[in-house]
Amino acid sequence: MKLFFLVVKNAFRSKTRAFLTILGIAIAVVAFGVLRTVVTAWYAGVDAAATDRLIVRHAVSFIFPMPYAYRDKIADTPGVEEVSFANWFGGTYIDQNQFFSRFAIDADTYFDIYPEYMLGEEELSTFKREQNSCVIGSDIASRYNLKVGDSMTLTGDIYPGEWNFIIRGIYQPQKKSTDASQMMFHWEYLNQRMLQDYPGRENQVGWYNVKIDNPDEAAVISTQIDELFANSAAETKTETEAAFTRSFISASGAILGAMNIVSFTIVGVIMLVLANTMMMSARERTREYAVLKTLGFSVPKIAFLIFGESLVISILGGALGLLLTFPLVEAFAAAIPKGWFPVFEIEVITIVLLVVVVLFIGAVSAIFPVRNVAKSKIADSLRFVG
Amino acid sequence: MPKNKLCEIDHDKSVTTDQTQADSGRTHKMAPFIEVANLSKSYQRDGFEIPVLDGMDISVEKGGYLALMGPSGSGKSTLLNIIAGIDRPSKGTVKIGDTEITSLNESKLAKWRANNIGFVFQFYNLIPVLTAFDNVALPLLLTKLSKAERKKHVETALNIVGLGDRMKHYPKQLSGGQEQRVAIARAIVTDPQIIVADEPTGDLDKTSADEILVLLQRLNQEFDKTIIMVTHDPHAAETAKTILHLEKGELVEETE
Repeated sequence: MKLFFLVVKNAFRSKTRAFLTILGIAIAVVAFGVLRTVVTAWYAGVDAAATDRLIVRHAVSFIFPMPYAYRDKIADTPGVEEVSFANWFGGTYIDQNQFFSRFAIDADTYFDIYPEYMLGEEELSTFKREQNSCVIGSDIASRYNLKVGDSMTLTGDIYPGEWNFIIRGIYQPQKKSTDASQMMFHWEYLNQRMLQDYPGRENQVGWYNVKIDNPDEAAVISTQIDELFANSAAETKTETEAAFTRSFISASGAILGAMNIVSFTIVGVIMLVLANTMMMSARERTREYAVLKTLGFSVPKIAFLIFGESLVISILGGALGLLLTFPLVEAFAAAIPKGWFPVFEIEVITIVLLVVVVLFIGAVSAIFPVRNVAKSKIADSLRFVG
Repeated sequence: MPKNKLCEIDHDKSVTTDQTQADSGRTHKMAPFIEVANLSKSYQRDGFEIPVLDGMDISVEKGGYLALMGPSGSGKSTLLNIIAGIDRPSKGTVKIGDTEITSLNESKLAKWRANNIGFVFQFYNLIPVLTAFDNVALPLLLTKLSKAERKKHVETALNIVGLGDRMKHYPKQLSGGQEQRVAIARAIVTDPQIIVADEPTGDLDKTSADEILVLLQRLNQEFDKTIIMVTHDPHAAETAKTILHLEKGELVEETE
């Protein structure tokens, strides 16, 4: 530790260069942190998916409905504990810019299968009793300043017409990664309107949510369910909830892939910048390192000085970048349309990754200068004129 | 006449040396302290072998003061570097005290240098971001001395060179002569047996150069330091007890 003061002195020998390098690292860390946060936000649904839930959808595409009659057959499949179902409703609330998920759900079973949407007992029983009621997530309630008893009107597109609901419950998310920006209402309400206004569109279900006894049996149960409806007009595709969510994300796979590449490219570029700084710095001090060797400093001790200097700069840049990342991610979250990302915050894994990246940059950048100093001969270095 | 000690540094405590201390010179005054035998050095440049030193034999007694003179390319700096353990010969041996330094590996050689050699360079080679105090303290960072002990040694060394009042000054705040005196303080702070100086007055005006020469003579006479100095300056060489003239890598004349 006696040498640490020399490390700090060396790191700030050229204050402008040190400041610019630290700033460069900080900017790279911010860019890396924000991009990684976007990627993790995209995958938040996958991470939040339960392992004991399957999704049964139409084999051709998610947008094709399946008969309501499948419900009982699925429920009779060995290993299936409970079956619920839902339909994507779509529609507009206030205007086209107000985006959040709206589902028609089976009110009797849905909240049993999704305990992460925490709803009070009284709210749940009221919701179950009143067919024109709905439940909204706490994020929606705070975003639109809604409370229990308020009304919500949706203008349907897939299901045309004006749809009026009374809010009977506001659910709280169990975990940070739980989506608290959804609206759910009675599938029965939707079904009755379809029966009345659009005969032929009734008794259709968008997907089934299946709770199973043993997650290890997911593949077997999925196969059994799909075999039930093989060669029917609406063949099914059953998969785990995580796989189902991932299939949505795969549509944006190229963008996410690009973001991943860009985030790591930023790391590579800043590593080269710091390595260049360290090379220049070490080259300018060729004679000084030779003098230190002359005084008896061994190569490991000089390596400590160079690695230390590089790490001091990269850690300061990383710390500054990390400090800036939090408010910038918040600003980014505020700037993007509400509801795009149900969860948009810096995850612990992103912070860990940032710390590892910063240390990696600091360490790798010092390798070549150390190698050069180790290889150089004292007598030659003492004659060096930079 | 009893010789003064610069600082009471216990080298066993200060540096983990393998007892390569050049102690023999302390007990056998007249025995050769530095023995250079059949020393040759050549460099490879663009596929050509360039001889610099050829079969050099030198011996220096403990407390000797040797000036190496000669034209550029005569090999005097190379000889100095090999004796100081910062370069290696192509052939031959260098024995200092009981230690044949040419057989030491890099790690042991570094420790040996830390304990036995003090360097003075033509261009001072002080670290610009460190004060005079911190520059002088640098070699002591390799020792196990406490902070208070290091401080005491640094102050003693700087007082010997007459810069006790400039401890907090940075190199750029000092004159060339003062910088060189700080460099000498750095060279003596670990109380080494040998001081090697490569053109120590080469970058100084006459007054400053004379001050440095007086200081080196004092270190030799009062503190019993063995000094080897490379110089072009006949006036500087005259302050030494022995002058060796080199030409084309060979010893051509020795003057007492």
